[in-house]
Amino acid sequence: MNKANENLREEIIRMSGVNPKKCMRCGKCSATCPAFDEMEYHPHQFVNMVESGDIEPLLNSDSLYKCLSCFACIERCPRSVEPAKLVEAVRLSVIRRQGENHLTANDIPALIDDEMPQQAIVSAFRKYTK
Amino acid sequence: MKLSYFPGCTLKTKAKELDFYARKCAEVLGITLEEIENWQCCGGVFTTAKTEIATKLSSVRALKDAKAKEQALVTVCSACHNVIKQTNHAMQTDAEFASKVNNYMAPEEAYNGETAVYHYLEMLRDLVGFDAIKEKVVNPLSGKKIAAYYGCLLLRPNSVMRMDDPENPKIMEDFIRAIGAEPVIYPYRNECCGGYITLESPALSKKKSNTVSESAQNAGAELMVTACPLCRYNLVKNGSEIPVVYFTELLAEALGVKEAGNE
Repeated sequence: MNKANENLREEIIRMSGVNPKKCMRCGKCSATCPAFDEMEYHPHQFVNMVESGDIEPLLNSDSLYKCLSCFACIERCPRSVEPAKLVEAVRLSVIRRQGENHLTANDIPALIDDEMPQQAIVSAFRKYTK
Repeated sequence: MKLSYFPGCTLKTKAKELDFYARKCAEVLGITLEEIENWQCCGGVFTTAKTEIATKLSSVRALKDAKAKEQALVTVCSACHNVIKQTNHAMQTDAEFASKVNNYMAPEEAYNGETAVYHYLEMLRDLVGFDAIKEKVVNPLSGKKIAAYYGCLLLRPNSVMRMDDPENPKIMEDFIRAIGAEPVIYPYRNECCGGYITLESPALSKKKSNTVSESAQNAGAELMVTACPLCRYNLVKNGSEIPVVYFTELLAEALGVKEAGNE
């Protein structure tokens, strides 16, 4: 693992509070994930890839924006690894950079309808934008 | 009994009926809900990263306000409840986070998660009691088959929320019984509707929502009930064949402070 990857790995582990080494590769997180079909990298792969320092592909993947924050993998992980916390930390390490917001206010008018609750919009901003 | 109340952004706009009937029913049940002054939006979802401080301050402000009045804090929206309860838990258990928050906000007295946080359903169960509610019902919803939709945010993560068994909950079913109706148990009652992905991938939220509403319908439900405006929006927008209403609307109907079916 090169130095840059090692630093990023440490930062993601610190930010998330997750210990990926606890994972026993049962795959329950991915089995219960409601966004599984939409993801290029699935929750169990996030855990594995962060552990091995193979984080670059995750940084560039749309999978970061598919997590629904439903806490299913967090609740159901038999080893309390809590994969969604890793997804969150990887996503933050991207959107905290200058110019890397996934969603901007200008995108909103085209995406909403009259009935959509504010809750949907504030939640999306919380997840996609810094 | 006086309790602090955090309505949240959507209850002031698209989900007014959730808020309106929550207040009305609380009066009938002998509870005064005192709205937090100048409350700020909770942000809709809890950011699990330990390094996120600013996004959690609005919750801490509300919690601190309730503490100053020596009141418990009540929320109705599933999302507000989840964010505020998880933030409170972080203030209790993560000393580094709590000290950063307290250093930033510089309150006269440090806040360390002292406020008790109740979802309105927990208030009904733990502070009022479902038996007491039963006695106040003037218009029991007899014979109505109702599916409780928990979604994700009411129950998870259970280590923090502690509302009910996260995989086999009964608080909403007990509520449904208390108002004289018949609860319908169905497989997808605690699975996700798609949430905010409805903004970017409407097709995914349609798939998730339809799985939930079809599951309820196949189990024989004629009506679904939720505490979450976004769940309701996703289920209705994606064509649920059975109506979806807020639990406070049904409570108001049963307590005789709302006409049946009148929005």
